[in-house]
Amino acid sequence: MFTPIMFASILPEILILTLAVILLCVEPFWKEDQRRNAGWLTSGGLFLIIIVSLLFGQPGEPTSVFGNMIRFDWLGFFFKILFMFAAAVTALFLMDHEKAGQRGEAYLLLLASLLGMNLMAVSADLIMLYLAIETASIPLYILAGFLLADDRSTEAGFKYLLFGTVTSTVMLYGFSLIFGFAGTTNIYLLSNLFASGQISVALAFSIFALVLVGIGFKIAIVPFQFWAPDVYQGSPTPVAGFLSTASKAAGFAVIVRFFFVAFPDYAPSWTVILAALSAITMTVGNLLAMSQTNIKRLLAYSSIAHAGYALIGVVAFSQLGAASVVFYLAAYIATNLLAFGVVMAFSRVTGLEDITDYAGMSRRSPWLGLMMLAAFLSLAGMPPFGGFVAKVFVFAAGVQAGYTWLIIVGILNSILGVYYYLNTMKYIYLYRMPNEDEENHPIPLTRPYAIALVVLVLGVILVGTVFAPWFSWSNAAALNLF
Amino acid sequence: MNFPILSVITFLPFAAAIIMLMMPANRKTEVRGVALATAALDLLLAGWVYLQYLLGHLTGYQFIETYNWLPALGISLKFGVDGMSAPLVLLTGIVMFTGVLISWGDFDEERHLSAGIQDRPREFFAFLFLLAGGVFGVFVSLDLFMLFFFYEIAVFPMYLLISIWGWVKTREYAAMKLTLYLFIGSVVALVGALVMYWTQYQNTGILSFDMIQMESAGFSASFQYIWFLPVFLGFAVLGGIWPFHNWSPDGHVAAPTAVSMFHAGVLMKLGAFAALRVGIMLLPEGAKQWAWLIMIFAGVAVVYGAFIAFVQTDLKYMIGFSSVSHMGLVVLGVSTLNHDGLVGAGVQMFSHGVMTALFFAITGMIYDRSHTRQIPELGGMMKALPFAGFGFIIGGLVSMGMPGFSGFVAEFPIFMGVWGRQWLVAVIASISIIITATYIMIAIRRVFFGPMPEKLEGHISPITALDKIAIFTLCSCMVLIGIFPAVMVPMVETGVENILRLLGGA
Repeated sequence: MFTPIMFASILPEILILTLAVILLCVEPFWKEDQRRNAGWLTSGGLFLIIIVSLLFGQPGEPTSVFGNMIRFDWLGFFFKILFMFAAAVTALFLMDHEKAGQRGEAYLLLLASLLGMNLMAVSADLIMLYLAIETASIPLYILAGFLLADDRSTEAGFKYLLFGTVTSTVMLYGFSLIFGFAGTTNIYLLSNLFASGQISVALAFSIFALVLVGIGFKIAIVPFQFWAPDVYQGSPTPVAGFLSTASKAAGFAVIVRFFFVAFPDYAPSWTVILAALSAITMTVGNLLAMSQTNIKRLLAYSSIAHAGYALIGVVAFSQLGAASVVFYLAAYIATNLLAFGVVMAFSRVTGLEDITDYAGMSRRSPWLGLMMLAAFLSLAGMPPFGGFVAKVFVFAAGVQAGYTWLIIVGILNSILGVYYYLNTMKYIYLYRMPNEDEENHPIPLTRPYAIALVVLVLGVILVGTVFAPWFSWSNAAALNLF
Repeated sequence: MNFPILSVITFLPFAAAIIMLMMPANRKTEVRGVALATAALDLLLAGWVYLQYLLGHLTGYQFIETYNWLPALGISLKFGVDGMSAPLVLLTGIVMFTGVLISWGDFDEERHLSAGIQDRPREFFAFLFLLAGGVFGVFVSLDLFMLFFFYEIAVFPMYLLISIWGWVKTREYAAMKLTLYLFIGSVVALVGALVMYWTQYQNTGILSFDMIQMESAGFSASFQYIWFLPVFLGFAVLGGIWPFHNWSPDGHVAAPTAVSMFHAGVLMKLGAFAALRVGIMLLPEGAKQWAWLIMIFAGVAVVYGAFIAFVQTDLKYMIGFSSVSHMGLVVLGVSTLNHDGLVGAGVQMFSHGVMTALFFAITGMIYDRSHTRQIPELGGMMKALPFAGFGFIIGGLVSMGMPGFSGFVAEFPIFMGVWGRQWLVAVIASISIIITATYIMIAIRRVFFGPMPEKLEGHISPITALDKIAIFTLCSCMVLIGIFPAVMVPMVETGVENILRLLGGA
């Protein structure tokens, strides 16, 4: 029985798969110098899929379909839109990557990973969830190590693979314990079992801890963050951007659904654990970011810190908390993609990645400088950019839940953040290039970059000023959890 | 619906900033033209609001505009002015207009003259206008969330403006110090605001950031006792309150002239105003309990600031510390929580804003021509720059609190109010009047009279017509209020009535 609602629930995935097949069939017939057009195809196709999904794939009342494998609700839907947006932008960034852009496999792997992430956001069953996580991860292992001639990239790929498989195995062990003791793999049935006392508290917490290892790796929280800086630095920059945004958001989608739905009765205890992790993650991320000299590593540590901020919303364990996490991720995806996009555009032309190399950038390319300013101020949590509103919502949720101490840690951390973000802006705006004549050479932007960056800047500003629609969608997503 | 004048005033600078950034970088004159036109228009609109309020004998919040921004959390874009904020809106308009005039620039290689902003004026004016828009937004916001939104917008352009166009020697240090101080203050206050928001929800079931609504949120006395200090001091950091004033003189000195004018003239008022509006008006019981501490802090600032200003040899540092001292008087007036003190504080905010903007403008003109700000190295400027000299003397008279000028209208009630609370503080604080008079007179004598040092001879070219317009505008405000206090005092009194009502007629 294949009902219309089942069709609607996986409409985006069907279309993504179709797009991937089209790409696979068309790409071999293109000549070497035309292959980058695969990026136009992927990105254009994904934007089209977003529009089609918004028109025809909107969920109504939350329902479980495909034998309770998939939950069709706003939470999953909103996350899917975010992932597809991130992938579409990443495809644009990939196009003019010198070594990866001409190869169709890169786009295909991106789509495969996206498919996995979409399913992560909607999985209502542990088996489905595990399959989705692996589908999302394996293409990313390959993409991280995509530049075979580059040792750093190979190292990044291997490191990511090793950490990824180990942590996902640990998580799988947690899943198997659940099935062994509870006899079900359905997330929505678990809460009753935990509540009925059939599963002991100790066991429930072991399961929680094992699952947290796997997801903690995905979202790069301390102490599972070691891979992030090396992998971001080594992998092709567009892939690093995708890893730090969509992949992280997918992890949060799982956290929110799995923990909120399966463990509501133990919430007072596990929120304390997550609160501690959140505080440590923010602090470690920000402190280590301060001493970085490579811009990609700086962004890696800053993205670790941002996972900590977003966790505050999870810790709050309330409808506002969940909504603020979703909102935070929406703002963060646009912001961080923007930052990585500027880094990518800059290093593509200059081949440089150190923060000191950015000296005089605003004189060379005022617009690129302004875009970096928007991205970094948004990361620092300054209005009128998305980061400010997102941070205020997360903090508001934390205060509501009574976690005032965590909010104080959060604000202390955002002060550290302001320090190093502004320090980077100092290079871009204040310092001159060693050879001042070079300042007359602007950094050319190719068309895909120009489009992607403009879309992202508008996104960051729109999320930060006209925040009502985004918040009501986030709120609709959060409503599905309670 | 009426013409949304306050929104126009607030968003006009943002629009102008975007337009300027769109213009080609080499069209410097056109960029300056857009900046001046926008500033003039904003000044006219702000003046119109002020006159309407004054001549209409209006009271309470007026020109209210409400747009639901995020109803789910009770966030709305709610603008309105009262007798306290209307003068400050006008002040921002004045400082913005004169700041653009001063930064217009006058470049002449032969005369070693490089006044105003020559490097990247497009970015300079765009950032300056973002700052101005944020400042307008804070003064007119009646919604706590929006107040924070604009408050932060007003903070971060300072970093760029100081670090890019500031004085080479200290700009990086000063800009970072300033930004961190202000950011720490504002996030501390933000936590307080969020706690107030949720407590209101618990007490009344209303989910709203509307500050008029929050006045009747029924915060318990112990709640107010705990949260008053973080909120008040968090904002007051930007008001330069002792012992958190340290960023302020460094920032003044490092900033380019127009930014110093904005910084001392308007931004510090932003801190004092937000501390008053959020700290005192929303947590009146806490204010009563802690008034003694605020009074001590302010009293120390007044005297200490004056003494430190007295020993400075750098003209800008002198004015910077005198700002700490004068802003101390504002906070002192606020801490009395009585009619006289609050009225004085309200007028002093305007008076000091205009006066200090004038001082910084003239100091900038002198520095551009003589390339020094050391008082001992200057002299005889009265002959070379007579117009600037008269301006500085008028500013000096205001600073000393001479009758007939706005400084007297402001300071006299403040001391009356303090006397009513604690005569000893009034006596100690009044020492500052003598010190201020001394250092101002010494500075005037050294810089403007006496012989001109030989190496400056022939280098001092006259100031431009634009500079003269700026000086004239600022001076006429101070004299006008000094001679006719009725153009401002009754208006501020209506704002004070409202505050006293919240304080329960104390």
